Amino acid sequence: MIAEALFFSAILFTIGVVGVLTRRNALIIFMCVELMLNAVNLSFVALSKMHGAALGQVFVVFVMTVAAAEAAVGLAIVIAVYRHFGTVELQNINLLRG
Amino acid sequence: MRDVLAALRLDAWVLPALMVWPLLGALLIFMFGRTARPGAAPGFAPWRDVRVLTMIVLIGEALMSVGLWAIFDPGVTGWQARIDLPWIPEWGAGLTLGVDGISLVMVLLTTLLMPLAVLASWDNVRSKVRSYYGLLLILMSGTLGVFLALDLLLFYVCWELVLIPMYFMIGISGGRERARASHKYFLAAFIGSLLMLVSIIALWVAGGSQSFNLDALLIATRGAIGQTAQTWLFLGFFTAFAVKSAFFPFHTWLPDAQHEAPTSGAVALGIKVGTYGILRFALPFFPAAALDPTLRLTIIGLAVAGIIYGALVAMVQPDFKKLVSYASVSHLGFVVLGIFALTVQSIQGAMMVMIGHGVSIGALFLLVGMLQDRSGTGMIQRFGGIARVAPLFAASLTVVALSTIGLPGTNGFVGEFLVLIGAYGAYPIPAVLATTGVILAAVYLLWALQRVIFNPRTADEAGDVRDLDRRELVAMVGFVVAILWLGIAPGPVLRRIEGPAQRIVEQVTRGAETAAAAPPTAALP
Amino acid sequence: MMLALLQAAAEASPAAHPLAGTVAEYVWMLPLLPLLGFVINGLLSIVPAYHAGPEDVSHDPEAGHTDMAHEEAYEAEATTFHRRWNALSSVVGPLVVGIAFVLAAAIFLAMRAAGPSLETAGAFVRTYGSWMPAGELRINWGLQLDQLSMLMTLIITGVGTLIHLFSIGYMRTDPGYSRYFAYLNLFVCFMLVLVLGGSYPVLFVGWEGVGLCSYLLIGFWFSDESNANAGKKAFIVNRVGDFGFLVAMFLLWANLGTLDYAGVDAAATRLVANGALVTAICLFLFLGCAGKSAQLPLYIWLPDAMAGPTPVSALIHAATMVTAGVYLIARSGALFALAPFASLLVALTGALTALFAATIGLKQWDIKKVLAYSTVSQLGYMFVAAGVGAYSAAVFHLATHAFFKALLFLGAGSVIYALHEAYHHTHREEDAQDMRNMGGLRRHMPVTWALMWAATLAIAGVPVFSGFFSKDQILGAVYGAARHSAIGELRLLGIPGSAILYGIYVLGLVTALITAIYMTRMMLYTFHGANRTGEGERPHLHEAPWIMTGPLAVLGVLTVFGGWLNLPAVLHALGPEALLDRWLAPVVARASATLAGGEVAHLSHATEYALIGAAVAVSVLGIGFAVVRYRGPLLAKREAEAAETGLGAAVRQAYYVDRGIGRYLVEPTIALSRKVLWRGLDVGLIDGVIVNGSAALMRGVAWAGARIQTGNVGNYAWIVAVGALVVIGAVAFR
Repeated sequence: MIAEALFFSAILFTIGVVGVLTRRNALIIFMCVELMLNAVNLSFVALSKMHGAALGQVFVVFVMTVAAAEAAVGLAIVIAVYRHFGTVELQNINLLRG
Repeated sequence: MRDVLAALRLDAWVLPALMVWPLLGALLIFMFGRTARPGAAPGFAPWRDVRVLTMIVLIGEALMSVGLWAIFDPGVTGWQARIDLPWIPEWGAGLTLGVDGISLVMVLLTTLLMPLAVLASWDNVRSKVRSYYGLLLILMSGTLGVFLALDLLLFYVCWELVLIPMYFMIGISGGRERARASHKYFLAAFIGSLLMLVSIIALWVAGGSQSFNLDALLIATRGAIGQTAQTWLFLGFFTAFAVKSAFFPFHTWLPDAQHEAPTSGAVALGIKVGTYGILRFALPFFPAAALDPTLRLTIIGLAVAGIIYGALVAMVQPDFKKLVSYASVSHLGFVVLGIFALTVQSIQGAMMVMIGHGVSIGALFLLVGMLQDRSGTGMIQRFGGIARVAPLFAASLTVVALSTIGLPGTNGFVGEFLVLIGAYGAYPIPAVLATTGVILAAVYLLWALQRVIFNPRTADEAGDVRDLDRRELVAMVGFVVAILWLGIAPGPVLRRIEGPAQRIVEQVTRGAETAAAAPPTAALP
Repeated sequence: MMLALLQAAAEASPAAHPLAGTVAEYVWMLPLLPLLGFVINGLLSIVPAYHAGPEDVSHDPEAGHTDMAHEEAYEAEATTFHRRWNALSSVVGPLVVGIAFVLAAAIFLAMRAAGPSLETAGAFVRTYGSWMPAGELRINWGLQLDQLSMLMTLIITGVGTLIHLFSIGYMRTDPGYSRYFAYLNLFVCFMLVLVLGGSYPVLFVGWEGVGLCSYLLIGFWFSDESNANAGKKAFIVNRVGDFGFLVAMFLLWANLGTLDYAGVDAAATRLVANGALVTAICLFLFLGCAGKSAQLPLYIWLPDAMAGPTPVSALIHAATMVTAGVYLIARSGALFALAPFASLLVALTGALTALFAATIGLKQWDIKKVLAYSTVSQLGYMFVAAGVGAYSAAVFHLATHAFFKALLFLGAGSVIYALHEAYHHTHREEDAQDMRNMGGLRRHMPVTWALMWAATLAIAGVPVFSGFFSKDQILGAVYGAARHSAIGELRLLGIPGSAILYGIYVLGLVTALITAIYMTRMMLYTFHGANRTGEGERPHLHEAPWIMTGPLAVLGVLTVFGGWLNLPAVLHALGPEALLDRWLAPVVARASATLAGGEVAHLSHATEYALIGAAVAVSVLGIGFAVVRYRGPLLAKREAEAAETGLGAAVRQAYYVDRGIGRYLVEPTIALSRKVLWRGLDVGLIDGVIVNGSAALMRGVAWAGARIQTGNVGNYAWIVAVGALVVIGAVAFR
């Protein structure tokens, strides 16, 4: 049981990573990040179940709270970026280039 | 007089007051100070003028330090008017202040020099006047802290308090190249500071991590640090002090900084805190390193090279301010030579050169600053024949230049003579080589003097140079009196330095013996 | 306060000294009086300038008329404003020096009254407070009065007073009148400190102080660049000498532990006679003397120093300051007596300088330059005497030289003044110092003519005039030393000392011959023959006012009768013999005797007569030769110079020494400093490579680092991912 859950979590996480690395649209990258977070949540829950300890599930609640906050701030930034640059394609945005 | 001071219990509060009063003054200036716009009618009470406020604070400071001089007992060798307040007891750091003859003289030099400098460069600062003078007062507090601190951590804090305001003073109110000059100054000095911080911490650890107190650490570290470790720690201190005092070859930031800084800032640059640090910390803590023949000879060689090199380079400077900066490098060589010759005479002489450096080079800077304010240029070749249009200015410049040359009867001679006669006993050949600096000083200054105030009058800039106004005259009379007084009757000053100088010589020679007895394995803590 | 100090000093010392409680207690007033004059005149010069605005005109009687309109404007203004102040300066300036002279005379009488007890009592020393207390080194403000310093004080204040009076006339119309007297007073003050100081450092105060005044007075008309240059040169060359003096003091302190004369005299016995140490001390001291007294190779500043006003040349660059070196050697007799080798070098340098400068004097056209080289030459004589240990002869020549050379300079000043006034009337720009513009002035200035002839005869060594006696005593002393002395027994480069001394004697005779020639030449060109000043100017040539001729007359009397100060034994018929020798004996006799190798050799009367005969013959020969050689009409300026080739041109240009120093010493030093030290080492290496180089290195590293910052989020994500993989891999496959 635990193996399946962790395997599924790993698949989800990898999809998220690949998405972040390959996609250019800020919104999709953002969604991929959420995907990675939830992959971690899944493994937290599974491991919590396996060990019979509640701490993992507490962490999940934390992560979800942070993810919600992050979504709010992140989406706000994306909107601001869109307003400023007229696009959310990230390869066009490199203000921090050294 | 003495009774009044005794009734005031001056010794119980004067040292912290000397440090806190300028900080309060700075606060006052940031809160209430106003700047007079040239031409416009000042719409505020005259006392609110930033410069007037600064002068009030500085005069208060000067009065307190004169009081300190009055209550100081030259017969006592230890610390006087000592104050010990808790600060960070866990580390053994305290707000410990005290004076001996050396720090007393340095404090008086600072507190008496600054009002004259501000007075003589009244209209020099044109932009951001309020922040400039506020920072100047903070700088003053830091400088006094360096001279008064008997706690190494406090010393370090004050040391940085000298560095940082000056960075902003140059960077905000300086000349055209101010940004570059202030960065150069800050980086050079700060690298030195960090090396010193490392050495201070290492000393603290070597002393058993108990105390930052100077005397306690001296006792605790005696014989605890081996020769090699001493050399490295000594170099940490020495680098900081050498950079700060623009000792050859760490001097190249100085001409830039002094050229760009406002006049009073260039005077207050704090060259003297460096050489003071050598005397107070580098020598007593690391006697074995200080007496290491190779190291000592290297430093003395650099000092002599600096004397001659500074003079030769000063000779060919086209810009008067830079000429004075290199003259300062040359004079600093005498200070270091005197300190490392380690005789009572040479250390007393080094102190006199430091004082003379403040007075004579300071006054030179102020006069050159006046010249530059009036004509808009500092290039020597643009002047000539100023003695005809501005006789008082010319007379002041001549007297100050002569004291810088070291004419007997002025402060310059007393310092150089004592340094050289003291150094001769220990290092005859370097002393003789250094004596040629006496010839070269005459060459570069008299040549500059001739091209600026003598010679036929030039048409352009020299025509605009008006004579000293009343304010400048008062300041210059102050300088001339100081130059002659220190040249003719330096006894009171010398006698106060004599005890501490003797103690330093003893500390080093005795300390070196105990260090030799220390096990060679006692490496870096 | 001074009085309190004085009383303290008086109480501190036992009243055993015969001068204690006499007028000699007021010795401190001697330097303070001129100092007071300096303060008053200094204020007089600077306060009106401050209130009346810039002093805007240059009035330079020795530099033609470049600024004629200004000058007229000045004279109009001067009547209203400056004159009032000038009158005060005219009183204060000479008065303070005059009072000092009176005081000095009173002290001298007190010393005479003290009689023989003074000879054994040693110097009268008074301390007025501490100067530099530093460890065991205790330098005090102490004055020392003995026979030598008394004599010097009398010369300085006496001749000084006369020259101050002369200056009233000479500088009458100068806008810097008060400033001039301020400097001159200050000079007298420092000169008195020099001779009265009780220790080497105090002497050094006066030593450098007179150098300062010399600098200020040479560059008095500083608007002319060459004047300012000359002042600077004088100071710097003197500094080279002062370097030697300083090193000598370091040696004394390091080895004897004392710097005052009494201490050094007492401790000198500890030194090894003829040892390296005492020789080094003496040679370094002599370097100082060579700078101050213009000996080879440091004489170069003195001819240029003639840029100053002529009375200054008379006082500073002839009578007093330049003789300070001779004074110093006489003062340090205890040391030089132990260093016969150093003494020999002193004598040799003196002899060579005397001859060298005299030859240059043969070819000069500037009347002041002739006198300047003559001064260098005469100073050489004094060093010859000091070198062979004849200190009293050196001081004797110093005194007579002060008389006749001051007279010559003031006489030249009065000639220059007359020419200047004449050219001023006709508004012509001509050199008032060039002898080619003179000639035949005897008819216009008979007093000056007569007095200058007296001085010329004195310097040439014609009997009865003062210079004859002093020069003769020097030559006699050299001859005596060559016959028998400690110096004569030395060897220098394998040559026996006595042979060198005979050589020096011959050099002295040759120099005397040349001296007679060039001085006569100068007199002939100036006062005799046809007048070359100019038709328009001739009616305006006239004798200087009495305030100038008066001092000349007094100096004339001294020039003629100065020899009676120290008559040689063979001429005892003329009056009391060897007054000066006996007066100075308590100070210098022991050192003289040591150098002479026991006892100063007494020449037989026959030898003395022979020596005198030789000297007289030489001087008469020289005068005669000059009269024959220079009697003809003078060539025109340009032709005369074109005719010069080879040695003649070299002599005219003072052997190209100045040019050589400029080309081979000064210019390379400046080039080295500018190109190598400043541009190369300072700006290039230290600041450029090390300081800015490290900054550039940091900037380069930062630049490379910044390349990674593409600003593209995708790249960052890849870096994170790869980094994470690397970490995982590292952990997994460890």
